Amino acid sequence: MSNRILIPTPLRPFTNKQESVEVSGATVGELLADLTRRHDGLKPHLYTEDGRLRSFVNVYLNDEDIRYLEKERTPVKPGDTLSIVPSVAGGAPRSRRR
Amino acid sequence: MLSNDEVKRYSRHLIMPEVGMQGQLRLKAGKVLCIGAGGLGSPAALYLAAAGIGTIGIVDFDEVDFSNLQRQILHGTPDVGRSKLQSARDRLTALNPNVNVVTYETALSSSNALELFKGYDVVVDGTDNFPTRYLVNDACVLLGIPNAYGSIFRFEGQASVFGAKDGPCYRCLYPEPPPPGLVPSCAEGGVLGVLPGVIGTIQATEAIKLIIGVGEPLIGRFLIYDALKMRFRELKLRKDPDCPVCGTRPTVRELIDYEQFCGMAAVPPEPLPTSSDRDITVEELKRKIDARERNLFVLDVREPQEFEICRIPGAVLIPLGEVLRRVGELDPSKEIVVQCKMGGRSAKAAEILRASGFPNVKNLTGGILAWIDRVDPSQPKY
Repeated sequence: MSNRILIPTPLRPFTNKQESVEVSGATVGELLADLTRRHDGLKPHLYTEDGRLRSFVNVYLNDEDIRYLEKERTPVKPGDTLSIVPSVAGGAPRSRRR
Repeated sequence: MLSNDEVKRYSRHLIMPEVGMQGQLRLKAGKVLCIGAGGLGSPAALYLAAAGIGTIGIVDFDEVDFSNLQRQILHGTPDVGRSKLQSARDRLTALNPNVNVVTYETALSSSNALELFKGYDVVVDGTDNFPTRYLVNDACVLLGIPNAYGSIFRFEGQASVFGAKDGPCYRCLYPEPPPPGLVPSCAEGGVLGVLPGVIGTIQATEAIKLIIGVGEPLIGRFLIYDALKMRFRELKLRKDPDCPVCGTRPTVRELIDYEQFCGMAAVPPEPLPTSSDRDITVEELKRKIDARERNLFVLDVREPQEFEICRIPGAVLIPLGEVLRRVGELDPSKEIVVQCKMGGRSAKAAEILRASGFPNVKNLTGGILAWIDRVDPSQPKY
């Protein structure tokens, strides 16, 4: 059973530029573990050193925030899509007269 | 009341039942504050002015640079070197002289934000850094002003309306900022010039809808736009009852130190160009290259597109994201000088190499921009 994880642009350097990665697992946590197994450069961006999901990385199962489901224990069905949505600050260029 | 000239100007609004005379008068009485007159602020302010928003405030303290013109359509080539505020005022007033353009030539801070925001109906957040994002969010929540939020990176944009009554705020989505350096900025990552046009226009659309009071605002929804795929996705946002700012028991009741909150309290001053065993100046590198030091190896950790624009002679390219995977290609007996655009990414790469057992690694202070400034001005800067 396989699911797709959508990789946001800022994290694509760590997935060989792939915009989505096929992973397998029964829960959100297992899918993420499979993702970081395939692309270990992602790990420090998604997890803290003690293995907790970083607070500025939001994970969505389809269009729902996993924080309002069962977090990493949320079960997944075939065809469900996981999205990683990190905070992005970009807008006006940083002022040179800071 | 609208003058006859205004009736003519806004006729395509006036004949629509969703706007009409009442909606246009609301726009005329409306006050919108744009944070930043850059990529997002440009299209937002232009459309707000064209739509007849009565008062448009703009906060900025930057000057127009050539590299802005690819996306910051408020400004033109003759404006390069001018203050963005003056340029914005001229452009907006030329577009619609009925608009009162109020400019604030200042850096938004915890000490001035509440004062500045007071009296505005909507804030359009077009800043580029996390401390200001959290500052704008908190000030909007504390004052009860909705925040038309937009953010861009490369070819991907995000938009939402935060801080509306009963709606979630930015902190409900992201309680904490990422540590500095983990997320690249626009200056590092680049941005498709037309992307802020789409996202800034969405922000203006939401501001206009909120002021007229029509339609379904982008509250509790997070819009993600991928320009390459030409696809919009929408995620659900929920108001977090435990949110430190807008939750049921808020712990943030006044503005805080946002630089500190974002881990940037100790922003070091521009490091003096000195050589140490960990850093090297461009002059020292030039001397080594001229002396044809055989043990020297210059490692460029920028992206291939940047390498195409300008490079240091003899430099070998391995982008930062590939350094860890490709350390085997490097010779630990060499003196490795690591270099990027300005010195930030190369500092990270140097740390990776040292941690991988390379004893002689130096970071080029100021990167290739310093090289072009002080050694080889014939190359283009970007």
